[in-house]
Amino acid sequence: MNWESPAAFFAMGGDGFFVWGSYAVCLLCMLVEPWLAARRRRRALAEARQEGGNRNPASEVEDDEEEPRS
Amino acid sequence: MTADPRSAPHAMPLTLYTFSSPPRFYALTGVLVPVCWALCVALTAAGLWMGFFVAPTDATQGEVYRIIFIHVPAAWMSMLLYLVMAFWAGIGWAFNARLASMVARAIAPTGAMFTFLALWTGALWGRPTWGTYWVWDARLTSELILLFLYLGYIALTEAIDDVRRADQAGALLAIVGSVNIPIIYFSVKWWNTLHQGATVSLTAAPKMASTMLTAMLLMTFACWAYAFAVVFTRTRAVVLERERGAAWVSELAAGGAR
Repeated sequence: MNWESPAAFFAMGGDGFFVWGSYAVCLLCMLVEPWLAARRRRRALAEARQEGGNRNPASEVEDDEEEPRS
Repeated sequence: MTADPRSAPHAMPLTLYTFSSPPRFYALTGVLVPVCWALCVALTAAGLWMGFFVAPTDATQGEVYRIIFIHVPAAWMSMLLYLVMAFWAGIGWAFNARLASMVARAIAPTGAMFTFLALWTGALWGRPTWGTYWVWDARLTSELILLFLYLGYIALTEAIDDVRRADQAGALLAIVGSVNIPIIYFSVKWWNTLHQGATVSLTAAPKMASTMLTAMLLMTFACWAYAFAVVFTRTRAVVLERERGAAWVSELAAGGAR
């Protein structure tokens, strides 16, 4: 075991700011990025649902361009 | 509409091109993403435990060297993802393969994030060991250029409204920019730099304790799993955005998919 106490673990031999500053920012990025990607997919699906709901099911004409892309 | 072969993965024999079809890719990655996340969490837990509780204190650097367990994997991922992005962008351009271009577009933000993390953790490691957060050293400068290449690729592709033209312009930038990858990799050999040489290489025995190496490799595989999970998720978003008019997307949306 490397550490005498929890305090020694968090101090990281006096370089705690640098070690934990590195890992904290990595953790933050690796939580935010997947959240943004998942949100983008959910929104794309919701938009597809909305578009499908607005479409008149009786008409089979191609209407891909009827809505501007956001 | 129930017999659309594109939405039924088992309706046709598997070939090299099976998963180049967006609906099949979408279905397959829907299964793979949770698996990647589970692997990522398990590997990260194992890697951090090895890195903080098993790997010994470094004789010269003390505890601050433990940044290596995220710094090196992030830097490796930043270079690897760029090559993978350029490869798929090139395939998408050369063979007019839409899904390949979508994958390339989905990789860019993740690659940029890993490049930022490599620079950030490097800066926080440089301060206590070199006495400076930043120096215009060949390794650091070429890694910064990599970040600009990712951001330039994203900006260029987002600025062009015609998605296929955007894919092609991005592919050109990505392929030309890949010349920077060997420059980053060999920068510590070609120039006399402040950044240390490779601790681990394919041709020589690693110059570090085996527990340190194990921790670093576990974290590297965790980053791989992370990258697969996020890139697949983002590719699925891009597929839905681009295929919005297609019957299979309408069915998927109407079917209450989440």
